[in-house]
This record gives sequence, structure tokens and C-alpha cells, in this order.
Amino acid sequence: MAGVQTSAEKWTNRTAIAAVFVALIIMLTPIYWIAATAFKPRNLATTIPPTVVYEPTVAPFVKLFTKRSQLREQPTQEEYDNAPWWEQMVFDGGEKVVRNRKSGEVRSSGYGDRFKNSLIVSVISTILAVGMGTLTAYGFSRFKVAGEDDWLFFILSTRMLPPVVVAIPMFLMYRVVGLNDTHMGLIILYTAFNLSFAVWIMKGFIDEIPREYEEAALVDGYTRIQAFFKVVLPEALTGMAATAVFCFITAWNEYAFALIMTNRNAQTAPPYIPSQVGSGLPDWTVIAAGTFLFLIPVAIFTFLLRNHLLRGMSFGAIRK
Amino acid sequence: MPTNNMTRLDPNSQAASRGLSDLSIRNLFIIPTIAFLIIFNIFPLLYSLGYSFTDFRASTNAPAKFVGLQNYRDLLNDPFIWKNFSITAKYVLISVTGQVVVGFGLAMLLNRAIPAKGLITTLLLLPMMLSMAVVGLFWKLLYDPNFGIINYFLGLGKFEWLADPDMALWAIAIVDIWMWSPFVMLLSLAGLSAVPKHLYEAAEIDRAGNIYTFFRITLPLVAPILMIAIIFRTMEAFKTFDLAYVLSSQPTTELIAIRLYKMAFQEWQTGMSSAFAYIVLIMVVAITNIYVKYLNKVKAR
Repeated sequence: MAGVQTSAEKWTNRTAIAAVFVALIIMLTPIYWIAATAFKPRNLATTIPPTVVYEPTVAPFVKLFTKRSQLREQPTQEEYDNAPWWEQMVFDGGEKVVRNRKSGEVRSSGYGDRFKNSLIVSVISTILAVGMGTLTAYGFSRFKVAGEDDWLFFILSTRMLPPVVVAIPMFLMYRVVGLNDTHMGLIILYTAFNLSFAVWIMKGFIDEIPREYEEAALVDGYTRIQAFFKVVLPEALTGMAATAVFCFITAWNEYAFALIMTNRNAQTAPPYIPSQVGSGLPDWTVIAAGTFLFLIPVAIFTFLLRNHLLRGMSFGAIRK
Repeated sequence: MPTNNMTRLDPNSQAASRGLSDLSIRNLFIIPTIAFLIIFNIFPLLYSLGYSFTDFRASTNAPAKFVGLQNYRDLLNDPFIWKNFSITAKYVLISVTGQVVVGFGLAMLLNRAIPAKGLITTLLLLPMMLSMAVVGLFWKLLYDPNFGIINYFLGLGKFEWLADPDMALWAIAIVDIWMWSPFVMLLSLAGLSAVPKHLYEAAEIDRAGNIYTFFRITLPLVAPILMIAIIFRTMEAFKTFDLAYVLSSQPTTELIAIRLYKMAFQEWQTGMSSAFAYIVLIMVVAITNIYVKYLNKVKAR
């Protein structure tokens, strides 16, 4: 049958392929527009008709990382000429860089710190969740546990709780123990959130590792723990990497907990970026630059994960 | 394997005689996780269950006073809360229907030989991996009535998306559809690729029409996986907070999660919001139950 196509089928196929490309363009336009706006001069970000061809500038990124204020008067020619190139970009935009009065050091905006907070919280919570999740998954995969299905349902159900519902008591408890607005506080929440996912998905990966491997190791004189570390873990490594990337992305993107539990010290990028829109006319190029940098890790990881997306998104239920 | 042996490995390996016993390994591996989840998920919920029977306000130092079921009674009799529920129901309906139509449609289109299919599929999946709050926010610019590209390309002039109370919910749902149709597409593709080819060949020999083939072969066989996607997305849409919160502050887009957030962290009605959280929780657990049942059913196949 293959290869024999009527002309009608050929046309259906061609139409379908054309439709796929149209859909692809529509789906990617918002992402493209973020990237494009991140490299535009401010006056070209909000034009009608939209500016598609322009000379790219890194001014939005300079503005993203520095604290600025409106220029009251134009800088003198000398002032302008002596300023480094990036400061000139800020002058060009009708603003000036805010400096520390004593040391003259350039004051930074909050973005760098928020980005760093995002990294700290996401990486540590991912390590904890994948570490604990793998051990627990092994436990459920290889040993008999009374009421196993109920425990697994319990573990999954913790993931389904709406963040705001959990946040109300957590906020009160954190206030008592002083964990509000700390990295530790967010790390605990994200670990709990990702742990359930890690258990479910790692159980699938470990179930697939033949038990004969461990049995052979046990016969060779390994203890169960040695067999786990030397035989099972190396086999599970790909699965752990995929799980880690999923956990990282979830923590990286999380908004509601971060909004409620942090405000200055430990605030991550997702609640920070929207807070910069405020009222009046926001500088969309700066928001786009912040969004663009924030999206890069996720975009890279999506490509690395492409063969595991189905499994991850279905909690390991569908493996292909 | 003797039933009294707790391991699923070969019992003759006698591993239990060396190093840690199987029982202690199992407990060592499982109990910390269970304990962690109980301490940081279940215990807080019990803590707020207590508060849900009080008039506690976290913004004051006044001690909590026990009010019995008053909070629950007030909430269930509050017409505004029902308004929030009906807004949420409408939102779930629009957004999940949109995702199923677009996602399943895309999957049907992709389910054939296409150049660079792997790359195209991955690119199509990108939106669902991104942060709803951060990327959702950017749609404010896309929707802008004066210089948004949506109005420009659709030729809608100065059409108000987010400022119009009736349109705002649709605008939010459209972003949700953009982000999560790929999820439905991903699962549908898995379902479609699992349909045995010989069924289509048999249908062709019987000269069955395309529509007949679709409704009698494709749809029934993809249905279980599609159902997983639908239940999961329903659950997530029901909980929507980020997207609606960054895009709109209209009363017409006040979803349950947003109402709950405001009640708890802006009005500081801690006791009342704890009760509200419990009502929401019961609904979510009910949907989760259905979801897990379906997951296990599909897994068993």
C-alpha cells in the first residue's frame, strides 16, 4: 500500500503540510516577538505598523541590569563622551544611570539578584527532589509496600494541590519559624512540589531496568546498597537527567508561591518581571530583555528533553 | 517467590544476610519522602483546617476566635463566590475546548510523513514549557489596542481585548490555549501513532469514508489518552492563577484562585480564606481521583 498515492491524497498531504507550517508560524510568533523586542530601541517597540526590520541594539539589556532615572537636563558633551558605551545608550534613551553617591559605583537593578535567586532555588530544589525521588522510586519499584497504590496516589495528589491553597497555611507557619522571604523557604516548597513528580516518573524508569542486573550483582557478593549504587543508578542516569530537567523547569517557572512567600531577599524572576510593568507606559524593550534571558535556559532544556516530553508530561503513564 | 519475602528480587540471593536488611533499606528510601510530604503538605492543611473555623486575621494580633461553621456557611451563601465559580467554569470550558480542538487538530495534521517532523514537533511544544506568568505578561503588549501586533495582523483596529470586561476572559483563555494546545497535541500524537495501521487498511478495503474511519477507528482508539489530556487540563485550568493575575484585574476575570489569593493575602481574612481553600481542595481532590484512575487505566493497557 505504501507509496501508492492517489492525486487526491497527495493534495490532502500538501494542504496538511502547509497548514502545519502556518500553525508553526502562529505558535512561534509570540516567542519571536519577545526576542525581537528585546533588541529594539525603545521608540521602535510600540509602532504601528509593527517594526520588523531594525538595527538591533543591546540597550534593553543595559537598562535591564542598571538602575536608571529620567534625565532632567541633557548631559554635557564632555560628560557624554567620557561615559562608557553602555552608559551612552542609557543617555540616548533619555535616562541616566544611577550611581552610588560616595563610591560612584553604578547601582544595579533588581534583575540580576532575582535571576540568581531563581537559579539557587531551582537548582537546589531539583537536586533534592531528584535525589529523594529516585530512592523512593527504587523502594516502590523493588520492594513490596503495603498499600502501595494508595501511597503512590497520596504522593501524586500532593502535586495537584492548588498553590494558593497550600500557600495560606505555609505562609503562617513560615512566619512563625522565620522562613518567609528566604531561599530555604522556597526550596522546601519547590522540593515538595517536585518530589511527587520525581517519584512517579523515576518509578517508571527504574521499573524498566531488568531486575536480573541487580540479582547478578547480589550473587557476586554485593550488598543491596552496593548493587543499587553500582548497578541501578548508572542505568537510571538518563531518566534522572530528564527528571531533573523537568523539575528545574517547573521550579524556574513557578510564580504563585514566589509571589506570596518572597518579596525582596529571596524573590525569584517570575514575580519580579511582572512587577516592573506597573502603571503608565512600561518600557517593553526592558521587559522583553528580562523575559528573553529568563526563557533561554528553558528553550535549551526543551530541546534536550524532546524525546522525554511525552513521558514527563503524562507522569510516566505514556512511554511511547 | 514466597509471599512472606518482601523483595521482588530473587529470594535465593540472600542479600538480606549482608549489609542492611531489605526492610531497613526500603524504609530508609521511602519514609523520608513520605515524611517530607506529610510535614510540608498535609500538616499545613490540617493547620489551616483549624483556622477555617475561626475569624483569624493574619494582619492583626487579635487572637483567633472560634466561629464554628460560620465561615463555610457565609461562603456558600455568598453570591459573589458563586460568581467566581461560574467565571471559572466558563474559563475552563473555553480554554479546555480550545486546547482539545487545536491540539487534536495539530496532531491529526502532523500524523503523516512531514519533512523535519521532529524539529517541527519540538518547536510546537515550546510554548507549554515556558513560564505562564512571564510569557503571559508579554501578551499584554501583543493585545495592546494601540500598538499590539494581534490587532494589526487581524485588522481589528483598536479592538480592546483586556480592557473590555466581556472580552478579557476570552483573551486570557486564548493565551492558555496557545500555551497548552501543544500538550493535547503531544498526547494525541502518542494516541494516534498507537492506532494499528491494519485497521485503516481494512477500512480502505471496505471503502469506508474518511469521516466514518475517523469516528469509528481513530477517535475511539485515541479517546483514552485524549481523556487524560482533557482531565489534566481541566484540573489545571480550574486552578489557573498566574496567567489571569498578570493579565487582568477585571472583576469579570476573577477566577477562584484569584479570589482566594485576594481574600487571604490582600484582605487578610485568614480564617475565611482557609475555609474557602478547603472547599476548593475538595473539588480538586475529586478531579484528581478521576485523573489518577484514568492514568492507571491507560498504564494497564
